[in-house]
Amino acid sequence: MSEPLRFRVRILRKPEIADPEGATTARALRDLGYDVVEVRFGREILVELPPGDADEAEAAVHEMCERLLANPIIEDYDVERL
Amino acid sequence: MRIAVALFPGTNCEHDVEYALGLLGADVEIVWHREGDLSDFAGVVLPGGFAHGDYLRTGAIARFSPIMDEVARLAKEGRPVLGICNGFQILCEADLLPGALIANRDLDFICKPVHVRVETTDSVLTRRAEVGMVLRIPLNSYEGNFVADEATLDALEARGRVVLRYCDPDGNVTDEANPNGSARNIAAIAGGVHGNVVGIMPHPERAVEEILGSADGRVLLESFLEAAEEAP
Repeated sequence: MSEPLRFRVRILRKPEIADPEGATTARALRDLGYDVVEVRFGREILVELPPGDADEAEAAVHEMCERLLANPIIEDYDVERL
Repeated sequence: MRIAVALFPGTNCEHDVEYALGLLGADVEIVWHREGDLSDFAGVVLPGGFAHGDYLRTGAIARFSPIMDEVARLAKEGRPVLGICNGFQILCEADLLPGALIANRDLDFICKPVHVRVETTDSVLTRRAEVGMVLRIPLNSYEGNFVADEATLDALEARGRVVLRYCDPDGNVTDEANPNGSARNIAAIAGGVHGNVVGIMPHPERAVEEILGSADGRVLLESFLEAAEEAP
C-alpha cells in the first residue's frame, strides 16, 4: 500500500471527428509503399497518485478525464492501472 | 460603459482589442484571469492568443481560471460575452458554446484575410449588420476548424445561431472558400440563454481602420458595444 498508484490515460479523437494529422501521416506512409488503411493520433498521459485505495484513485482519474484531460465532444479515453 | 478584456498567461491580442474598442468609444480595462469580480462591467471579451500555452487542448486550462466563473455569470445574466479566436476555443471548452475547435483541415497555420457572410442579425455581434453582408477580416489560427455532431449543427441552424460563414468575395458559401475545414463553413456562432455569447474565429479587432487593410470588423464590434449598452 505504500507504493504510489500509477495510471496510463489514453486519449483518442472520436472516430467520427476528422484527424488531419493521422490522415496526413497515412498519406506519407502510403507514399513510402505501405498498405495503410488509417492512422489516428492520440495522446498518452501518465498520472501518479499517492499510495492509497486503488479503486478510489482510479475513479478519481476517470473524473479527471471527464473534467479536464479529455474533451468528450471530440475525444474518447481509457484508463489503465500500471 | 466599461468592457473587460480577459488576460490569461499567453494571451497576446488584448491590446488590439483594447485599442479597437477604445477607438469605438468604450472604456476598456484589461483584467487578469485571477480576478474574481466582473460585476462593474457591461460585457467581456476573451481575446486571442495562446492562453496557458494551449497545453493539453486550446482553452482547456483557461476554462478553469477564476475569471471564467465571472464570465459564466455575465453570460447567464444576458450581458454580451465575446470570444475571439483563442477566446472562442475557451468558450467551447467552458461549455458556454457548443462544439469544439480542432486543427485546420490542411494542418496549416492560417494567417490571411478571409471573407465571411453575415447569417443573422439576431446576435450581439451582428445586430448592426445586415444579413448577406460580406466582411473581409483576418484569420490567424491553427485550431480554427469548428466541429460538432450533426444534431448540434442542426440545432444551431434551426435556432439561427450560426452568425458568420466563410464565403468567397461575392458571398458564396463554398468548399473552396472554407479556409480551415469548419463544419458548414461556420466562422462564428452564438450561444447562451439569450444568444448573448458569441465565438468568432477571425479577428474583427484587426480590421477597424482602412490603414489596416479593412474596416469591416467595426460593424461587429459596434454591435457588441451597442448590446453591452443595453444589457441588463
